[in-house]
Amino acid sequence: MSHAEAHLDKLPPEPEKATLEGRNKVLGFWLFLGGETVLFGTLFATFIALRNSTLDGPSGVELFSLSITAIATFILLTSSLTSVFAIQAMHHKNIKNMLIWLGVTVVLGLGFLGLEIFEFWEYVNHESFGFTTSAFSSSFYALVGFHGAHVALGVLWISLLMIQIKKKGLTTVTAPKIYVASLYWHFIDVVWVFIFTIVYLMGKVG
Amino acid sequence: MDWLTTVDHKKIGILYFAAGGFFFIVGGIEALLIRLQLMFPMGANGESWFLTGQTYNEIMTMHGTTMIFLAAMPLIFGLMNAVVPLQIGARDVAFPFLNSLGFWTFFFGGVLLNISWFTGTVPDIGWTAYAPLSGSEFSGTGSDYYAIGLQIAGIGTLVGGINFLVTIINMRAPGMTFMRMPLFTWTVFITSGIILFAFPALAVGLIYITFDRLFDANFFVTATGGNAVLWEHIFWIFGHPEVYILILPAFGAISEILPTFARKRLFGYSSMVFATALIGFLSFMVWAHHMFTVGMGDIANALFGVATMLIAIPTGIKVFNWLFTIWGGKIQFTTAMLYATSFIPTFVMGGVTGVMLAIPPADFQFHDSYFVVAHFHYVIVGGIVLSLLAAVYYWWPKMFGRMLNETLGKWSFWLFFSGFHLTFFIQHFLGLWGMPRRVFTYLPNQGWDTANFVSTIGAFFMAAGVIVILLNVIISIKGPKAPADPWDGRTLEWSIASPSPEYNFKQLPLVRGLDAFWLEKMDGKKEMTPAEPLGPIHMPSASILPFFMSLGLFIAGFGFMYRGYEFDSAFINNLFGNNIIAICGLAITLVCMFLRSVYDDHGYHIEVEELQKEG
Repeated sequence: MSHAEAHLDKLPPEPEKATLEGRNKVLGFWLFLGGETVLFGTLFATFIALRNSTLDGPSGVELFSLSITAIATFILLTSSLTSVFAIQAMHHKNIKNMLIWLGVTVVLGLGFLGLEIFEFWEYVNHESFGFTTSAFSSSFYALVGFHGAHVALGVLWISLLMIQIKKKGLTTVTAPKIYVASLYWHFIDVVWVFIFTIVYLMGKVG
Repeated sequence: MDWLTTVDHKKIGILYFAAGGFFFIVGGIEALLIRLQLMFPMGANGESWFLTGQTYNEIMTMHGTTMIFLAAMPLIFGLMNAVVPLQIGARDVAFPFLNSLGFWTFFFGGVLLNISWFTGTVPDIGWTAYAPLSGSEFSGTGSDYYAIGLQIAGIGTLVGGINFLVTIINMRAPGMTFMRMPLFTWTVFITSGIILFAFPALAVGLIYITFDRLFDANFFVTATGGNAVLWEHIFWIFGHPEVYILILPAFGAISEILPTFARKRLFGYSSMVFATALIGFLSFMVWAHHMFTVGMGDIANALFGVATMLIAIPTGIKVFNWLFTIWGGKIQFTTAMLYATSFIPTFVMGGVTGVMLAIPPADFQFHDSYFVVAHFHYVIVGGIVLSLLAAVYYWWPKMFGRMLNETLGKWSFWLFFSGFHLTFFIQHFLGLWGMPRRVFTYLPNQGWDTANFVSTIGAFFMAAGVIVILLNVIISIKGPKAPADPWDGRTLEWSIASPSPEYNFKQLPLVRGLDAFWLEKMDGKKEMTPAEPLGPIHMPSASILPFFMSLGLFIAGFGFMYRGYEFDSAFINNLFGNNIIAICGLAITLVCMFLRSVYDDHGYHIEVEELQKEG
């Protein structure tokens, strides 16, 4: 244990930016998120263009339940906060707290995913609102489902990183990975804020 | 094996060159077939003299798609890889592993697209794949090849764009500020930015096509509330920036070659940088000029028309700067310089017809005629290909350590250049005389027969030019060894050996101004002043994972494509129908990603003794 502590003492204050590789990774990931913004922007634009093409299928006003999505929003936004706590713990070189907060983030992410899967299951089975029902449904599932897939990938990714931290400890190699994963998680949150507004709130207004 | 696992940017550059060159030949053969078919009008009984309409559509689609995505893009990426790290004084790119991944995804995407020739279901929807033609109602598996092949190739482009942005921002040598970067590096920087913001839109559009076709979604299916024009918007909001992605590095190469062979510094460097950035910005504001005839309304047409004309301003700045650069210079007409100087008037002609097309009422006349074909071949062949060939002749010694033969080079230039104008100049008039594009044959005696015949003859000249280039490449294997600085160059890449060692710079150079190497030479020095003491150099390890990641995507693409297909064998039907092939492919990719994340690559060091031994 003393060996590991001595190692931690040598770690610079912001280990994610200590090496050129780390700085490259963080900058590259910011740029990647720029590309992701265009990707989601296109999905949003499509949704806005097709949201009134409901044909015989249900419309947003009939479908959406704001209480469930409000809870989902609350859970996901909280998970963004807990991922900030994890990064703060990393900067304090407190591996235990960092892992705890990452764990909480993952659990909240799973909670959000659970609600989303429940929502989709209800739509498909009780509202006969499937992927192929109408242009509205295709664009809805493409946008919200793509975001959900991002959340699922994030949950897997952060879990894998937690195992790596357990095995390898906090180093200048692992720290950028954690930092980048938290950037990703914030990005997913920001996208959800737009989904909540444009899909659900505007959908409820009709 | 070395070539499958390499993460060295110089070798990846060569791989891009080889693959891009191969697809350029394939696309060129397709172009020849197109011109052969149009050489003569239809016969008296309406029969085609050479190809059927279906085959013509396939060849025309694959010609456009191949030339843009599989020839021009990778050749430009090859140049970026071969030149940019050397020009900024870096030992490698920011992400060597991703660099390799980018190449292999492009390669497998291209192979997937071209396998359609062997399965007999070739894309026949034009390179723009307009809906509803690309939907399942009107086209077959060929459209799946298009959507999925380009999707996989697009991943590689996006990854490459991010890689070069980070490389240029973070890895410049000491003293190289942004305003001391060579102009080629600047254009690659802006191009990478455009790639980053343009390619995700194409990715989403291609996903929609795939969902519509394979999973019965309704994005572009009008009958179920979808919107076919939506595809045009998504495609062109990618597609117009795409042409600037291609032309900006071409501008950059010209801006390197003209000063070298005119022996003058580039005129108006900072205005060149400004113009490049402005073109990059405006490239996202003009996509709807491809859609004037769709019926967007007068106001939208006028706005996009004016925005398009605005691009002529920064481009004009560039053209005048190039002219002032060679003005009064001590010009040496090497092959590279011939290509570079001939680029200027040729590209201006393409630009002028571009401004003509930007006027909506005039565009209603030109639209879908051969005038448009002539215009975009003047910018793409006359602009991009001429400058790419200039760049190939210019940087070949640095990439391969051998000189290309100048006599053959000049033969290739005159054949290609005269062939080009012979082929495409007359097509402006064919368009104005009413010949529509994308038709496989035409009635005789409408005044088009001679012009088409002339155009085809020109295509043969171009083909002869390309054959001479190939010959030159083959001969250069035994050709004279290239010195480090064959052209008396101005930028950092000429300060190290040809071909450069795997670590590029033994000691990172200290950059004291624009045209860093030229400055040192003017001070009477033979090489750059080092910015650091000699020390061990850290190198990334080679990896086979990028190859298998891309292979996984390739297999998954196949799996998805044929999931609804009826095979003779029940076993194969099961494999595809239950998505087993697709899932296996994705699993290969995910496992490789997992391995990459879990096993850290610590690389290796080249020690000081080894560096000294190499001298």
